[in-house]
Amino acid sequence: MIKVYINDKPYDVVEGITIMQAAAMAGYKIPSLCYHPRLSIYGGCRVCIVEVEGVKNFAASCSYPIKDGMKIRTNTEAVRKARKEIVELILDNHPQDCNICKRNGICELQNLAREVGVEERMFAGERKRYDKDDASPCVENNQEKCVLCGRCVRMCAEIQKIRAIDFVNRGIKTRVSPAFDMSFKDSVCSCCGQCITVCPTAALTEKDYIKETFEVLNDKSKIKVAQIAPSVRAAIGEFFGLKPGKNWEKETAASLKKLGFDYVFDTQFSADLTIVEEASEFLDRLKGNGALPMITSCSSAWMKAMEQFYSDLIPNVSTCRSPMSMLSSIIKTYFAKKINVDPKNIASVAFMCCVAKKYEAAREELLIDGMRTTDYSLTTRELGRMLKSSGINLPDIKGEEFDSPLGQSSGAATIFGVTGGVMEAALRTAYELATGKTLIDIEMTQARGFEGVKEGKIDVDGTEVRFAVVHGLGNAAKILDVVRKDKNKYHFIEIMACPGGCIGGGGQPYTAVNGQTFDINLLKLRAQALYDSDKSKIIRKSHENPDIKKLYDEFLGTPLGEKAHKLLHTHYKPHFPKGI
Amino acid sequence: MPAMSVSEKFKKVFLDDKYSVGQERVALRNVGLIDPENIYDYIYNARGYQALAEVLTDMKPEDVVEAVKKSGLRGRGGAGFPTGMKWEFTAKEKSLEKYVVCNADEGDPGAFMDRSAIEGDPHSILEGMLIGGYAVGAQKGIVYIRAEYPLAVERLEKAFCAARKEGFLGENILGSDFSFDVEIRLGAGAFVCGEETALINSIEGKRGMPRPRPPFPASNGVFGKPTLVNNVETWANIGAIFLDGADSFAALGTEKSKGTKVFALAGKINNTGLFEVPMGTTLKEIVYEIGGGIPNGKKLKSVQTGGPSGGCLTEKFLETKIDYESLAAAGSIMGSGGMIVIDEDSCMVNIAKYFLEFTKSESCGKCVPCREGTTRIYETLTRITEGQGEEGDIEKLELLGEIIKKSSLCGLGQSAPNPLLSSIKNFRKEYEEHIYLKRCRAKVCEKLVDYVINDNCVGCGACRRVCPATAIDGTVKAKHYIYSAKCIKCARCFKTCKFNAVVKETGLPE
Repeated sequence: MIKVYINDKPYDVVEGITIMQAAAMAGYKIPSLCYHPRLSIYGGCRVCIVEVEGVKNFAASCSYPIKDGMKIRTNTEAVRKARKEIVELILDNHPQDCNICKRNGICELQNLAREVGVEERMFAGERKRYDKDDASPCVENNQEKCVLCGRCVRMCAEIQKIRAIDFVNRGIKTRVSPAFDMSFKDSVCSCCGQCITVCPTAALTEKDYIKETFEVLNDKSKIKVAQIAPSVRAAIGEFFGLKPGKNWEKETAASLKKLGFDYVFDTQFSADLTIVEEASEFLDRLKGNGALPMITSCSSAWMKAMEQFYSDLIPNVSTCRSPMSMLSSIIKTYFAKKINVDPKNIASVAFMCCVAKKYEAAREELLIDGMRTTDYSLTTRELGRMLKSSGINLPDIKGEEFDSPLGQSSGAATIFGVTGGVMEAALRTAYELATGKTLIDIEMTQARGFEGVKEGKIDVDGTEVRFAVVHGLGNAAKILDVVRKDKNKYHFIEIMACPGGCIGGGGQPYTAVNGQTFDINLLKLRAQALYDSDKSKIIRKSHENPDIKKLYDEFLGTPLGEKAHKLLHTHYKPHFPKGI
Repeated sequence: MPAMSVSEKFKKVFLDDKYSVGQERVALRNVGLIDPENIYDYIYNARGYQALAEVLTDMKPEDVVEAVKKSGLRGRGGAGFPTGMKWEFTAKEKSLEKYVVCNADEGDPGAFMDRSAIEGDPHSILEGMLIGGYAVGAQKGIVYIRAEYPLAVERLEKAFCAARKEGFLGENILGSDFSFDVEIRLGAGAFVCGEETALINSIEGKRGMPRPRPPFPASNGVFGKPTLVNNVETWANIGAIFLDGADSFAALGTEKSKGTKVFALAGKINNTGLFEVPMGTTLKEIVYEIGGGIPNGKKLKSVQTGGPSGGCLTEKFLETKIDYESLAAAGSIMGSGGMIVIDEDSCMVNIAKYFLEFTKSESCGKCVPCREGTTRIYETLTRITEGQGEEGDIEKLELLGEIIKKSSLCGLGQSAPNPLLSSIKNFRKEYEEHIYLKRCRAKVCEKLVDYVINDNCVGCGACRRVCPATAIDGTVKAKHYIYSAKCIKCARCFKTCKFNAVVKETGLPE
């Protein structure tokens, strides 16, 4: 313990922390912009400056380590003035279009300007002008709004280890871009959208399909079908200012009906379907028909990254489509036939926690008879904006059940949204399919939790099945390097591209201020909402879902069968964008 | 060999050279005297590697650090941090791997001190680094040099090869336990890479952007290892300290700034070029003795020291002794040793604008004050020089300048406003004339003068024809006339006239 003086009062603090951390303990929240607790220290925005006695210039509190006896002043007139001036300098080079901006009201720069008391702009000089890069189906890059805090760059390089973006040019001309001035579309970007979640402004945003979706909703000739992913319901409440940790399943279903969808189905239904297929595939591979370890394929950003960086592992990746694509396939075949409508007249809209699902929806490998199965994939944020603009206040809505026949799901499907959930769900089913016995202890703690790499094993009738669960593409890289060296270490690996799994997806609502979007406590709360729902369900194993059984009986035949192969499975091919 | 001080030797060779007046050569002791591509010339004629041999055989690393501390040598890169302390910090770090870096990313426009030192005497730099490596316990040296210095790079490479062959580099140097090797990293032309943390990032293959300090390179440098970064000139001084003793080095200079300093003299001065003088030499001696005064009998207006981020000093500072403290007190910096002499024909607002244009384009773009602030200063100065200055501009500039200085991440930003702030401080009247009277005393700012035609006019009509505003009237072979109300001050008439008949007038009292 050492003693520091913050604003003339002594505090005992532990050694090795920064001024910002010490000040927080003393009850002073120092404003900041480029700082993010889970990324490396950058020290670029200079908003968090403080005065330190004996130090000539202001010290950036995010990076400056405390020393015994240090005298720190966080709120002197000079510091306040400088902070305000610095934020003004940022604003001088920022478009003044807050009221038409996607981040209006939930923008960190707006909040910061208010916090430091900006009242006027100092210099009316040149403002940066760049064309928007909106060619990618997932990420839009609007560099005019970029404040160059570098969080996206650090996120992509440090957490996801993709390094798709970096700073280019110097001085006032600096901007964030993929290599070689490429569009995001042509770059190595995995489309995970994590850069969007840490962006303080609207410089990086998801490609928005709200307008198109409203057009569809107003098209009388179409049958409008919606589906929502498990983690959307665990986070959508936050968009309406509600505390995280509650499952808004029924309210969301009802809200979508109010938006004008004719049928609202549940991606959790197809999560059960995925598990039945994937568990069967795994057991098949375990018998020697295919490469091991088998790696999950539900995460679209992981799919893109895999085709680019790990194409040698294509034989190891499950051929199962993601739950979204499986449900879309079923909607446009089985369901279309059931309601006797030409699938071309069905508009299938998916509401996902994911940005990369937009890319997946457009993958040509997923076309069925030349037809796109998911017409639009929207994020939780876009859903929130659609509801707000339609005057639908989620917390006031009386909940409704999902529509039949693609609306019922097991508890296993619910936990798909959390890291480890797919593994847990798959093993619940694989165990019972392989052994014919009932699995008693179905909550697999080995797969739960938020460590980057989780390992575990389960005994399946005398065979030890070793599995690993990773979330975040950076962690995936760690485990895949192991796999490349030793194919026998694991049998089954779950990879989710986003930290925390889908609940931490790139399309989830922004929260509060100062980068808490990528906060472990928030992820835990969202996860709890899903685990609680699993617990409250009577059916907790995918293969016990009666509607799934019915679907196989009426339409698909058997798991891994011919029809399943055509509609529920896919294939991959290597991609080498410039820069790999 | 007979003991002759290097300066004596230098004077003997360049006896008749007017440059040698008042000069004392320590860092550049061998430049011009030995063949830089011949290691034997260095060894036999310049006591080469003798210091290294003595250090390796007779001295413990801590004694070496102590000697450097005793010499009073301070960083010649600009900030003037005591070199011995820097060595001590690095030496005290516990790590199996340490680095020694030579910062040869000389980027100041018009500065070529480091270039001359390397091109003329590469072995001295290497010897300095070897001694430094031994003192701090490093096994690896890196010379970070700008790619725009191909000859310097070539000579360094040759020097390294020769030294390796002679056993001054590599395993168990001169039969001691000390092993050390050096490699060269080329800079890609970013000024900011001369800042030590940006330089380290660049060495690591990252974008050349500074890192927040602390942690300092002494504890967390190249690839996270303790790293000693010194400037070329600092390294060049090391050998001299051990050859002639720390005391004899400390005998030169002022109380707090020991030794000599190399400067690059440029601008409106008769003798331009490099010179090395003891610390404590006055600006007057430099300008009027070594520099030989101002050409064409013009009056001295200002001396800008310290490169693009130094300050502009006036005549009243001529008696200032050149050392780190005095220059800082006068509102400028030592910098890496650029010195630009400005005469009465130069406009100080324009000079400030020129330097800000440089720093704004060389800002790495990482921190807000430097990236955004320098651009805003540049824009405001441009406005002022074009006659668009407004009341309050000076105050705004002063405020912004102070904030950039105090809150920027690295030395580039922290010193970028110096030319602005010092010129406002010393030449405030000129700023006010620009803003309120719309007049440029030095007649440099085209929009802030009146154009008139004098009796030199032969009536050729060339000015009349180029005037885009039809502001010039006159008949052939008769004196022409400019209607000032119509004149848009494009200066085309001024540039066109071959008879010096179009002149600029300000109407300002002398």
